[in-house]
Amino acid sequence: MNLNNQSSIIKSAILLSFSLILLLGCSKQKTQITQAGITFCSEGSPASFNPQLDTSSTTADASSHQVYDRLLEFNTENGEIEPGLASSWLVSNDSLTYTFQLRKGVSFHDTPYFTPTRNFNADDVVFSIDRWRVNSHPYHDISGGSYPYFQSLGLKSTIKNVARINGYRVEISLYKPDSSFLANLATDFSVILSAEYAMNLLEDGSPSNLDTLPIGTGPYKFVSYRQDQFIRYKRHRDYFLNTTGPENLVFDITPKSSLRVAKLITGECDAVAFPSQNDLEIIREREDLTLLKKPGLNVGFWAFNTSKPPFDNPKVRRALALAIDKTSLLEAVYLGQATRAKSLVPSASWAHQSNMQDIGYNPVIARKLLDEAGIPSDFTMNIWAMPVQRAYNPNAMKMAQLMSTYLAEVGVTVNIVSYDWARFRENLTSGMHDSVLIGWSADNGDPDNFYRPLLTCAAIPSGTNRARWCNPEYDNLIESALKTEDSNERRIFYHRANQIIFRETPLVPIAHAFQYQAVNNQIEGITINPFGGIRFDDVVRKQ
Amino acid sequence: MINLLLRYINLMVVTITTLVIISFSLAYMFPGDTLTNISGIVPQSEEQRIALEAAFKLDRSIFVQFWYYVDNLVSGDWGVSFSSQISLLDEISIAFPATLELIIYALLISICIGIPIGFIGGIWHHKPFDFGVVTFSVVSYSFPVFWIALIFITIFCLQLGYLPLSGRVNYLYDIPHNSGFILWDILVADTPNKNDAFADALRHLILPTASIALVTTAIFIRFTRHSIMDEMRKGYIDAAKSRGFTTRQIFFKHGLRNSLLPIIPLMALQISTLMTNAMVVETIFSWPGIGNWLIQAIYQRDYPAIRIGMLVVSVFVVTFTITIEFISRAFDPARDKFERDAV
Repeated sequence: MNLNNQSSIIKSAILLSFSLILLLGCSKQKTQITQAGITFCSEGSPASFNPQLDTSSTTADASSHQVYDRLLEFNTENGEIEPGLASSWLVSNDSLTYTFQLRKGVSFHDTPYFTPTRNFNADDVVFSIDRWRVNSHPYHDISGGSYPYFQSLGLKSTIKNVARINGYRVEISLYKPDSSFLANLATDFSVILSAEYAMNLLEDGSPSNLDTLPIGTGPYKFVSYRQDQFIRYKRHRDYFLNTTGPENLVFDITPKSSLRVAKLITGECDAVAFPSQNDLEIIREREDLTLLKKPGLNVGFWAFNTSKPPFDNPKVRRALALAIDKTSLLEAVYLGQATRAKSLVPSASWAHQSNMQDIGYNPVIARKLLDEAGIPSDFTMNIWAMPVQRAYNPNAMKMAQLMSTYLAEVGVTVNIVSYDWARFRENLTSGMHDSVLIGWSADNGDPDNFYRPLLTCAAIPSGTNRARWCNPEYDNLIESALKTEDSNERRIFYHRANQIIFRETPLVPIAHAFQYQAVNNQIEGITINPFGGIRFDDVVRKQ
Repeated sequence: MINLLLRYINLMVVTITTLVIISFSLAYMFPGDTLTNISGIVPQSEEQRIALEAAFKLDRSIFVQFWYYVDNLVSGDWGVSFSSQISLLDEISIAFPATLELIIYALLISICIGIPIGFIGGIWHHKPFDFGVVTFSVVSYSFPVFWIALIFITIFCLQLGYLPLSGRVNYLYDIPHNSGFILWDILVADTPNKNDAFADALRHLILPTASIALVTTAIFIRFTRHSIMDEMRKGYIDAAKSRGFTTRQIFFKHGLRNSLLPIIPLMALQISTLMTNAMVVETIFSWPGIGNWLIQAIYQRDYPAIRIGMLVVSVFVVTFTITIEFISRAFDPARDKFERDAV
């Protein structure tokens, strides 16, 4: 062998390997498997696969509409309540008894870890509700025993009894009328579990598997999950609705929002959750991607800790509200991706009051009110800025900085405070803040879902009333609104509640943000669900 | 020989013991509860705390605790991850092979490209081709690996859209975990779309491997080139020339073998550089290896995972390095002490 020969071999080897790389690389791969499946890039790992246990939207996305069904469903277009596992229902004249007729022939998932021997029936409904309702239920304390959604709405003390009439009929009786009750049964959290599976697990001594290896009736079966990496689902072939979903569904867990968008561009994701405000322009510019947008059911606000002087004085709260310019906050923080909030409820809800008065920007009156309230000109307060991004407030830190310059003009010095998210919420619940920038995303279309958790007295201990504001007149109105089914009558109560909020200013509503979802054009059938988690039951890939 | 073996074993034992002591003391030096730092479990009740303390011997003297710590390490009971509550041994046995796979492919590519090019450069040194080779190696050696990885992503993933930018294989291919080496797992897997999955895994491998291999290739080129130039300058080559052998005969009979022998262990020792670069590149390409896993552990303040992860990586590098040193010394007794690389 001579040297020239050798180098020509080397040359050809290099050439070969490069051409191999190019061959492999050129063209996005389209194979059977990738065509028959859909990859959704989600923003985080779910806490469990049972949305009863957690109010975070990540958990709801991963389980609620994939693995489970509910008795009732929201129509994602108009928010009306539609039949789910209950094919019809009756409400008694005194609004205290609800009777549900259940759908027949609905099968549970058949998986390697559980084979159902019977179809869905009334026992499953009784089990699923009693699990969180009855303290002595064998499953009540499994997986922590905390059911935050139902606790924050006080549903335990609303429901008197859940009774099985026959195999396909269930009767729920209440202590007091609650016109938001049906809406609560349609939220992401009111899922129906399998009683048979639960009993099997109890016998095997591994009851907590109920929440980590889920069995439901939903359009997808759970296959496998690895924290911070992926969740795999397979289509439930015997699903009771004729859906067109893909054979395989994968949640690719990608916490960085820029990486999610990058994966959408390279085609590794077919749809992404929560694209960040900075990336929206990039998505709009690309012809192969679609940006879905809907006014969200959320509100971002600035809440004062009304249990702490001087914030217990409505005059001070009003003055501080007058000192900030909401319009510039909307432009700088939401980059125009939000509408100005005047009350708690956004225009997507039927209870929205369009003629509501708004607190304008007037630093002169603000200073005057502060003087009247005896606030010195070297007053210092803190603003807590939440450390995470949410649609209702994409950058609380920036907002707090802007607000501090406004407040400086009226002689108020601001300290901005932030902790990691878990400690932040813990310290808020114990009331260590002066004021906080936070918000709320509703779980159902019912206005009660805004008014009750955010400002009623009962919501102070459960930690959703960040203003720690308790007003009996307001509580009365919210209670009365639930006693009637007539939405016109309810609207009047809510508008009176708006007046009280305006007068007392326990919090300053700032914005209702749009909700976004970015999708590859090949995918059809993904819509934004303003009432909760993402759904894949009718999603198809165009060939 | 036995003397040498004993010396190396001694070195290894001392180093690893030091590492274990450091990792043990980390459980005390990290903020928070020592019990949680060691076990990964936050005790929910006083009874559980007492039971855990007894299990980890925290109620005994520090020496007893250390003894049980070592005992647990050896028996594979490494505690659980604070954030996922999964056994750390299981998590590492999934993450570590992914990193090894990346390192091995990068090493192979560097050898296949670096040695021949360094060769040619060494023989034709100070010729135009050699200047090209030297320029290439200096430039690619100077690129920070994280930067080159980002440039690759910008060009090949985002601009051209040829290659995927994250993971080992499309998650839609459900490849059962077997050896932890993705290509091998696909080959032995019983799935219908093997060929597609294999091609997909290769496409995922190209960019991370190339980013790591670039620096190592540059190092290998310089090693080889230097070694050949040195060898060809030696007296016996001149002697052979004066006897009338052609350059080609001399080179393939003597020069090649003699110049390759000393650099092979040098190359094996690049494993620590490769390891570091692989861990950096993993986080950029979301490669589910030990580097990515450690970064996640740091973000989530998962102290048990950080402690064990660092121990595993450092023990691996130390063991590998010492073994290679021993082998090269054993087979080349002429060398008194190990020559450090001259890059």
